[in-house]
Amino acid sequence: MSALLQVNDLKKHFPVRGGLFSRTTNWVYAVDGVSFEVERGETLSLVGESGCGKSTVGRAILRLFDITAGQVVLDGQRIDDLSPGALRSMRRRVQVVFQDPFSSLNPRMRVRDILAEPIRNFGLAKSSAELEARVAALMDTVRLPHDALNRRPHEFSGGQRQRIGIARALAAEPELIVCDEAVSALDVSVKAQIINLLQDLQQEFGLALLFISHDLAIVEHMTRRVAVMYLGKIVEMAPRRQIFTAPKHPYTKALLSAVPLPEPGADRNPIILKGDVPSPINPPSGCRFHTRCPFVFARCRTEEPMLRSAGDGEWVACHLESLPEVPGPLGDPRVRRN
Amino acid sequence: MALLDVQNLQTHFRTPEGVNRAVDGVSFHVDEGETLAIVGESGCGKSVTSMSLMRLIPEPPGKIAGSIRFQGKNLLQLSEHEMRAIRGNDISMIFQEPMTSLNPVLTVGRQIGETLRMHQGLDKQAALARAVEMLALVGIPEPARRVREYPHQLSGGMRQRVMIAIALACNPKLLIADEPTTALDVTIQAQILQLMLDLKRRVGAAIVLITHDLGVVAEIAERVMVMYAGRKVEEAPVAELFRSPRHPYTQGLLGALPRLGSSLTGAARRLAEIPGQVPSLKQRIEGCVFVGRCPIATDLCREFAPGLEEKTPRHFTACHYASKGAAAA
Repeated sequence: MSALLQVNDLKKHFPVRGGLFSRTTNWVYAVDGVSFEVERGETLSLVGESGCGKSTVGRAILRLFDITAGQVVLDGQRIDDLSPGALRSMRRRVQVVFQDPFSSLNPRMRVRDILAEPIRNFGLAKSSAELEARVAALMDTVRLPHDALNRRPHEFSGGQRQRIGIARALAAEPELIVCDEAVSALDVSVKAQIINLLQDLQQEFGLALLFISHDLAIVEHMTRRVAVMYLGKIVEMAPRRQIFTAPKHPYTKALLSAVPLPEPGADRNPIILKGDVPSPINPPSGCRFHTRCPFVFARCRTEEPMLRSAGDGEWVACHLESLPEVPGPLGDPRVRRN
Repeated sequence: MALLDVQNLQTHFRTPEGVNRAVDGVSFHVDEGETLAIVGESGCGKSVTSMSLMRLIPEPPGKIAGSIRFQGKNLLQLSEHEMRAIRGNDISMIFQEPMTSLNPVLTVGRQIGETLRMHQGLDKQAALARAVEMLALVGIPEPARRVREYPHQLSGGMRQRVMIAIALACNPKLLIADEPTTALDVTIQAQILQLMLDLKRRVGAAIVLITHDLGVVAEIAERVMVMYAGRKVEEAPVAELFRSPRHPYTQGLLGALPRLGSSLTGAARRLAEIPGQVPSLKQRIEGCVFVGRCPIATDLCREFAPGLEEKTPRHFTACHYASKGAAAA
């Protein structure tokens, strides 16, 4: 059976306008050739820092804008070139939960109407009684009291609003939910509630999740596979255990080592990357990570490494992987703290 | 004598719906050269505490009571003029959002130089030269060029470095850092945390670090104070707090935290939850502030607020059942 979602060589370039008559003066290469699959019922996480293009990938799949090149295939059918009418039925199958529960709910709608809208739009209820029953069931699913149906979003706390957002996504009975930093804005204690809820719902409904996040500890907790992005490209993709216990790409290693651990005096040896992420308007030649990579050598500056299989479902885009022995030619570049 | 000694700090705000007790009777101290972290979730009063220390709370609607002694002087009794001589000079502050806390129409050199000219009476030339030194100190490449640039020309990490340069320009005794790395990416956060540790060793300022990130706390704090709903619920040296938290809230927070390495240990697939929500601060809370969410609360907790008790040396907990709580954890 084919994967639920296939993304093939997806590209999204945004124009930069300026000068006389707002001509296009440049392009932001936000996503520049990304391919992956999501199986039914699994969680794939997209991780990376701001500007790596992870949210753009999510939005392209939802078709919140048209893509520049590539294909998005849902259940064997291309959806990136569908007409708006034909797209409608596909939209039901892919839903989204956004980061900010304050701005992603319409403040003038009651919770009842927020949840009823997708059910009506997709004709999922035959009568108003059935509609009412479905809305009530959704509230049970996300563990909110029924009397909350007549209230408006501002009357709820952040965690409760995120529950409403999840209920709205579930209302359309989707097969895939894109969670774009869905728990990032929440406090620790509430975050745990929402993560547990998402995991329960995934079990219950066999949902596939595309979990977009910069929080690596949460990703490790709930994902099956991880794709690490840097400047619009996937640099490493592997099952959870490989990524977190034996990362291969130097960027993945640095990213993981930079996470502060809640263990005072832990024996850490963080790799401190120098400098900032370069601009996606003029991405570096060759490997995009070469300007910050501690293991960089001549080939990295000119030739772009392709994503290659490293066995066991693991994919890495790094020239070092084709060399006999890591650590690279510059010796051990790790900077010790203290 | 402690560098900073805060006694029974109460910062309340008048609102149309009633008085909001954002900070309600908090006491703590900071020694010279020490790093104290104040942790807690949104609305616990940690940021209001830091703003109160600098007297940046608009009055009215705010009202600060209690005492804040800095080097023996009660800051709450100083005139606004005297306070201005302390802000940015003896006590300085780093804010979370480096984009909004820098002036977009002034070069970073002007902004670093401003504190030097105001507090140390340097002239324009000398202030600019010192600004270049400060930029070099905080690890900005090509400081002589960068000093003439505007905030929008710098990346987020560099802007935060500029903020730190401004804060350290006058060699403050106390640096208040309010979520200094929250808006930054993890690799940039690692750079900034390392910079703060480095600078602390070299400059020797005491730091009050306000954060919600327990990982950052473990990384750079020496002592930790946990706040909840405007009150201090626990305080301990950092290793002690993470090893044996005594307050049920602290225990809940640490349990709710997903940790790196969970795939290796095959740890439980569910996170511990703290049920319920933070209480409204607009009603006076008679008993313990955590009572509505506490797994071991009793009638005693509902009626009487527990005082802070030193259960083991330097480890203070405000819980009637702190020892019982530790046993249950």
